[in-house]
Amino acid sequence: MTDFKTSESETADLESFRNETRAWLEANCPPEMRRPATSDADVFWGGRNAKFSSEPQRIWFERMRDKGWTVPDWPREYGGGGLSAAEHKVLRAEMARIGARPPLSSFGIWMLGPALLKYGNEAQKKEHLPKIAAGEIRWCQGYSEPNAGSDLASLQTRAESDGDDFVITGSKIWTSYANYADWIFCLVRTDPAAKKHDGISFILFDMTSKGVTTKPILLISGYSPFCETFFDGVRVPKSHVVGTVNRGWDVAKYLLQHERAMISGMGERGVGRPLGQIAADSVGTDAQGRLDDSMLRGKIASFDVDEAALAACAERAVDLAKAGQAHPAFSSAMKYYGTELNKRRYEILMSAGGVDALEWESERSKQGARPRAWLRTKANSIEGGTTEVMLGIVAKRILDLPGA
Amino acid sequence: MALVLTEEQSMLRDSARGLISDKAPVSHLRHLRDSKDPTGFSKEFWHSFAEMGFAGLLVPEEFGGSGLGYVEAGVVMEEIGRTLMPSPFLATSVVAASALNRGGNAAQKSEYLPKIASGSLLATLAIDEGPKHRPLQTSLQAVRAGNGFKLSGAKALVVDGHVADLLIMAARTAGSAGEREGLTLFLVNPKAKGVVIERTIMVDSHNAARIELTNVEVNADSVLGEIDQGAALLDGVLDIGRGAVAAEMVGLSEEVFNRTVEYLKNRKQFGKLIGEFQALQHRAAELYVDIEITRAATMKALQALDGDVAKAASAVAVAKARAGTTATRAVQEGVQMHGGMGMTDQFDIGFFMKRARVCEELFGDANYHTEQLARARGY
Repeated sequence: MTDFKTSESETADLESFRNETRAWLEANCPPEMRRPATSDADVFWGGRNAKFSSEPQRIWFERMRDKGWTVPDWPREYGGGGLSAAEHKVLRAEMARIGARPPLSSFGIWMLGPALLKYGNEAQKKEHLPKIAAGEIRWCQGYSEPNAGSDLASLQTRAESDGDDFVITGSKIWTSYANYADWIFCLVRTDPAAKKHDGISFILFDMTSKGVTTKPILLISGYSPFCETFFDGVRVPKSHVVGTVNRGWDVAKYLLQHERAMISGMGERGVGRPLGQIAADSVGTDAQGRLDDSMLRGKIASFDVDEAALAACAERAVDLAKAGQAHPAFSSAMKYYGTELNKRRYEILMSAGGVDALEWESERSKQGARPRAWLRTKANSIEGGTTEVMLGIVAKRILDLPGA
Repeated sequence: MALVLTEEQSMLRDSARGLISDKAPVSHLRHLRDSKDPTGFSKEFWHSFAEMGFAGLLVPEEFGGSGLGYVEAGVVMEEIGRTLMPSPFLATSVVAASALNRGGNAAQKSEYLPKIASGSLLATLAIDEGPKHRPLQTSLQAVRAGNGFKLSGAKALVVDGHVADLLIMAARTAGSAGEREGLTLFLVNPKAKGVVIERTIMVDSHNAARIELTNVEVNADSVLGEIDQGAALLDGVLDIGRGAVAAEMVGLSEEVFNRTVEYLKNRKQFGKLIGEFQALQHRAAELYVDIEITRAATMKALQALDGDVAKAASAVAVAKARAGTTATRAVQEGVQMHGGMGMTDQFDIGFFMKRARVCEELFGDANYHTEQLARARGY
């Protein structure tokens, strides 16, 4: 049965890359950047008006950017690191090993970039990708509309042809950080007569264009991460359409896979200390060091099992994609599970915190960080496609079940 | 290492799947049950299994085996799970072979491992004494007597216990139930004086036995590993068994799921295929995701075991806990979605439910492993 043996030479080739990477990260990642982000200010989003919240944040970002490691697996010609799938995995593992924060967070990296790499023309890639990699332009996503939520393809924002331009009129809702964004990637209807999936185009424009206004929406968390965004005759060159006019739904769906993968990651992203230790602070422990609330302890342990298993599945999803074996709709499966798990995490955190987790306005509570974060998670299973929509996609596209 | 099967591992899977689905579909288990087969598995098939190299899959090449790893063992276990094939593979080729290979001295290895690889020796680990899996509660006594020991006590759920040629017994040479110190593994001849073996017909129609030992004499050469320090060896061997059973449960879950989805696509009620109903679609989708996540966790655990058995405990606990809850869900949904047909003996789904229940108890259930993870994480 010797023919079932795996050669080990490939893995040996990666070892020198691992050693170099480890040494470089040790030398270049400031200690402050090896602690988990605890507030929005700890996250660097880039953009024209970006400010660093600390010197270590700036240093870390610039060093990573200079290596192309804000987007390690993008091609070098577009500002990426040009790493292979295996090298990228090593880099992620080495960053996780020391708890290094992502140097740059951005919808450009997570969503638009992959879509441009697949559907953009050369001019668009050269124009936009390097600026995403360098954190120069901050992007927002114009997808949902007041009457097009789960039924996204029924969107009504119009783009009317006028010479070399489209003239865009309509409104978007739940546009994350639209009030801070420099550019928007936007779904618009370019053919109102076509079937709903067939008349949509995917277009890019500057948020400082004449006719664009944004209005933040106050959420139950007391924060306004989302906006209403209005377009009143915004003029956009036709060259800004990504892919083919009226075939924007293909781009939109592809991008949604990346968005869902990003959101599903929330469920497995450890928030620093393990839940069991956080709970120990408030509920105490018995003589053997076990949480003094056996029901809560059981819930936390079950959560930990599922979180570890999901992390393995996320790792496997990446590996499957790199091996060309992934089902394109699998990100919907991950999105469903990851977001439900994140909601569970915060229900546990609220229960563990008891009265301390209820304070909304005080220094002591960091202005109610925990209850606000808890409320924020409730959107996870709605944004980017609801849990019910995700399950429907899994049922129809992966399981091939019959019906509408 | 990527969490996908390599080309070689995929070939192994295809080869195992072809052989097992051809020669031992679920009807094979049904036949063994209905004919009250005294062996509980097909000896003939076990020999072809051995000829293919599966019996010695984990046995090092120097002892006549294939020298493959736990991921490969999991690949075979998963295929076994798909058809519920009763086979000595788990007890002999995975658990006992690992115990002998990891704990055995040169003489023990060269005596037993080649026989395991050739399929001529059946062996099994006897661990549980009470109704639940509690390895540290081992209280079967091994008292020094002359140059050797005398063993007295009882074991339950000994897989293949009534057909095994070699018993690997966890016993207490010192300390008391609950303590890590004082555990020792012994190699016991089932035909030795004082050994009484009762085959227990279980719900899943797979082999199990109760074994009682009364002053069974073994010599000093029968000690596997170190005296009083057997806990570490046992931990590793049990984790290997847990990883393998988790893989069996993944195969079992996926097979039940595939059969259920097929049924949803064919059964009509109210003038529609029942798979058109959203209530069932969402339940099927949730189960699919559960199985995929458990599959990944199980691969992770098997890879961890291949890396370093001693460091794989948490990954194994996650996998076995997940496998338990996932398989339980899969078989319940399987029966429910098959409706009344799922309750009939004529239909195969019930076999999966029964086997899942036994797999859940084997080497610790989901509660046990969830508890282990909590302890490992210090809360």
